[in-house]
Amino acid sequence: MTAPAGTPSAALLLLVAAGGLFAASGLAGLALPRRSRWGARIATGAISIGSLLGLAGGFLALGGDAGGELALPSPLPGLRAALGAGPLAGFFTLPVFLVGGLGALFGAGHGTPHGGRRLRLCYGLLLAALTFIPLARDGITFLVAWEVMALTNFFLIATEESDAAVRRAGWIYLLYSHVTILALFALFLLERLLTGDFAFAPIAADAPAGLRTAVFVLALVAFGIKAGAMPLHSWLPAAHASAPSHVSALMSGVVIKVGIYGLVTTLGLVEAPPLAWGVTLLALGSLSALFGVVFALGQHDLKRLLAYHSIENIGIILLGLGLAMVGRSLGRPDWTMLGIAGCLLHVWNHALFKSLLFFGAGAVVHATGSREIDLAGGLARRMPATAAFFLLGSVAICGLPPLNGFVSELLVFLGLVGAASAPATAWAALPAPVLAATGGLALACFVKVYGIVFLGTPRSAAASAAREATPLELAPMAVLAFACVVVGAAPGFVAPAIESAAAAWTGERLPRLAEVAPLGSISIAALALVAAGALAVAAIAPLCRRARRRQPALPTWDCGYAASSPRLQYTASSFAELITSQFAWALRPHVHAPRITELFARPTSFHSQVDDTVLDRLLLPAARAALRATASLRALPQGQLQRYILYILAVLVPLLVWALVGGGGE
Amino acid sequence: MSAGWLVHLVALALVPPLLLGVIQKTKAVFAGRRGSSVWQPYRDLLKLAQKEVALSATTTWLFWVAPAVAVVTAVAAGLLVPLASSPAPAAFPGDFVLFAYLLALGRFATAAAALDTGSSFEGMGAAREVGFAWLGEPALFFAFLALARLSGSLSLDGMLRAMEGGAWLDRTAPFVLTAAGLFVVLLAECSRIPVDDPATHLELTMIHEVMVLDHSGPLLALVEYAAAVKLFVLGALLLQVLAPASQVAGLAGLGLFLAGLVGIAIGIGVLESTMARLRLLHVPTLLIAAVLSCGFAFLLLSRPTP
Repeated sequence: MTAPAGTPSAALLLLVAAGGLFAASGLAGLALPRRSRWGARIATGAISIGSLLGLAGGFLALGGDAGGELALPSPLPGLRAALGAGPLAGFFTLPVFLVGGLGALFGAGHGTPHGGRRLRLCYGLLLAALTFIPLARDGITFLVAWEVMALTNFFLIATEESDAAVRRAGWIYLLYSHVTILALFALFLLERLLTGDFAFAPIAADAPAGLRTAVFVLALVAFGIKAGAMPLHSWLPAAHASAPSHVSALMSGVVIKVGIYGLVTTLGLVEAPPLAWGVTLLALGSLSALFGVVFALGQHDLKRLLAYHSIENIGIILLGLGLAMVGRSLGRPDWTMLGIAGCLLHVWNHALFKSLLFFGAGAVVHATGSREIDLAGGLARRMPATAAFFLLGSVAICGLPPLNGFVSELLVFLGLVGAASAPATAWAALPAPVLAATGGLALACFVKVYGIVFLGTPRSAAASAAREATPLELAPMAVLAFACVVVGAAPGFVAPAIESAAAAWTGERLPRLAEVAPLGSISIAALALVAAGALAVAAIAPLCRRARRRQPALPTWDCGYAASSPRLQYTASSFAELITSQFAWALRPHVHAPRITELFARPTSFHSQVDDTVLDRLLLPAARAALRATASLRALPQGQLQRYILYILAVLVPLLVWALVGGGGE
Repeated sequence: MSAGWLVHLVALALVPPLLLGVIQKTKAVFAGRRGSSVWQPYRDLLKLAQKEVALSATTTWLFWVAPAVAVVTAVAAGLLVPLASSPAPAAFPGDFVLFAYLLALGRFATAAAALDTGSSFEGMGAAREVGFAWLGEPALFFAFLALARLSGSLSLDGMLRAMEGGAWLDRTAPFVLTAAGLFVVLLAECSRIPVDDPATHLELTMIHEVMVLDHSGPLLALVEYAAAVKLFVLGALLLQVLAPASQVAGLAGLGLFLAGLVGIAIGIGVLESTMARLRLLHVPTLLIAAVLSCGFAFLLLSRPTP
């Protein structure tokens, strides 16, 4: 990775310019009066221009626009700090510009919330950090950008800080964030130990096995937390649910992918990785995918549910990465290609459909004033465009043809089942049925979400008074929906981008994507499916239009049951009950169910809630126990500086004595 | 090639309702009745197609688009499964994923359309449909894994046609296990006893029938037709595993294959006449058994050969 110190490439300059615009976008608002609308306008404008520049730069970088690095002022003597733009950086920054730019538009269409100035400042800084992280060519720059990302993320989560639940989500996020940065410090120090530099050099196959394993474990912990891989995910659901919706879209669609970027690049540096690493990733991926969706099924907060689906999709991405690592260990470039292609394409796909879904959720929350799924209902008649986009996103996230989620899942499936054809590696196919079950559960979950939120009759007064989203909110959804359709129907368009990023990953020779995956057949199948569906719909449309014209006010027949009411409809909890009861051992739902004993029962209520098992049943009790056990030690820190200096002295003096007496070194 | 296409399409389009008729007839014989003709489902579909549509004011466009989606996905899945020894009209590596996800797309549409009515009965059906069907997916994929191991192919056509008639003899156990698992998946996907009772008169015990209570006329015809096609397609998949690549070529082979499908229909009829429906809470157990059955088939095939 020692690029020549020539002039920086055009791609790099464009990307850096985009990052600079992002970082500066919120500053104008600080100088303007609080009530001025120009702060928001300038920020949105700067982010839009920055996104366009960045999109151009990202595509150039993907095309392999080779150029020099951009040296930064050295933070410490003897350290080199630099930015550079390679295909992988291009691949991972493109979603930042697309979703970040559209998110700014959506946020502008959403109206100014409380704390708008801080929100815009942090949003711009977050986008800038997300741009610079993949450009960083050394550990120090990476860490600085990473910490900016982590802190602005915290302020964005805590936008509505007056709510205790939001503050709790923010603190938990910050705790996890500290663990990440500690692990990253250790990781980069270890890499320096192994390669002699902070500059992301390859880690040789003959390096000590123990240290190589430590690199893997540290990368897995640090980047696994950021990505939200199970069981390191507990910060994610509450954090993504608490942030404003366009920020949630960015967090779920893009920010967590920084963890994937870190994992992918770190693993790419390691030469000849052991088989166990790939197997570990496959196991973790299966766990995240299956239990991410199971926990999603238990939720009745719309945004929390979508956040759990991010964990599921990170699982699918990890399955792809695990497969690629297995392929590298076993010398099977075809599996490596299918795995890394599935991993990378799913990174893009998830950015597209999850942002779309979060924008849709934002519009719903805006229209009904609640994230509670059970208070919505019948919104498809009141917000038809939002409903149509949300439906498209739902079909895409379930991995159903002819949309984009299907393509990346097919790539992963092909690689996994391909592994089954050799007897010695048949075990590598075991995640395939898990992934299939995940698909079936995701379908159940999104039938539930779309059905309960958008279909049926309104369950609350707010839902019956809901209005369609503004054009500025709908336009970003339309762009993302269009992208989902294009990737699904013509994966050949994105194949060059994937091949370029995959080739830059390890430098190993990989087959072309079209040689290992039936991209053309997928296109034909998708187009044929759409054409056949359109024909069938066109054939019955006149009949149905006539029926609506003739009898516009027909009620639902419902077996002649005359006294139906919106409250009789299935709810989010009752719809998923069949599945959540099968997984009660993992979900541990809190159920408040009344026992009815009298003949004429009084009004009563039923309530059920699924908390995060890892956080609420494992980590918090463990933390409380640790606090109790160490209660006596807490007398030591009193907040007085003099005392701390005394403690330091009390440690240093014995050390000095020990060193003088001759225990040190020789 | 194109002639094979045409024959496949004609068989796929015209034969499915017959299977429903055969099941009905078998059940009638077991009940000591004469029963209606095996052609009755065709008459029912024609009659429904000529009726008027009635749409509830609660519903959206999704409600009437869903039956079309169900038919298109079922037929498209049918194009991936070879009939008899002639190749499937469409085949590519990984098409088994398309097969499974096409059926899932049809299920998404049907279940969402059920919720579109705002009725608690139909919501109940939708919840049960998606709550049971997800267990069928791992069973189906374990079966595909086993078939991929047996045939060395990654397309459905290759998996099902690459096997010689003799493949059964030295691999009997995996074949039996896979076929048993697939049969349970077929029963669940097509809403047959012991998972669901298509002839029940009590809405509270239904799954598939209660989802489509509000569909009427041509829409109901499409729903019923899609269900029949799904039975035909999954039956064909099962038959290919039970009787790998029948040696008779041409139209005679196809005739023999269709006779085999009728045989499966008779088998379902016998099962429905002699068994009661399972309690709803026990349905997952049955499906887990199917997952395990196909999973063991795969494990048996994956053990290192000495």
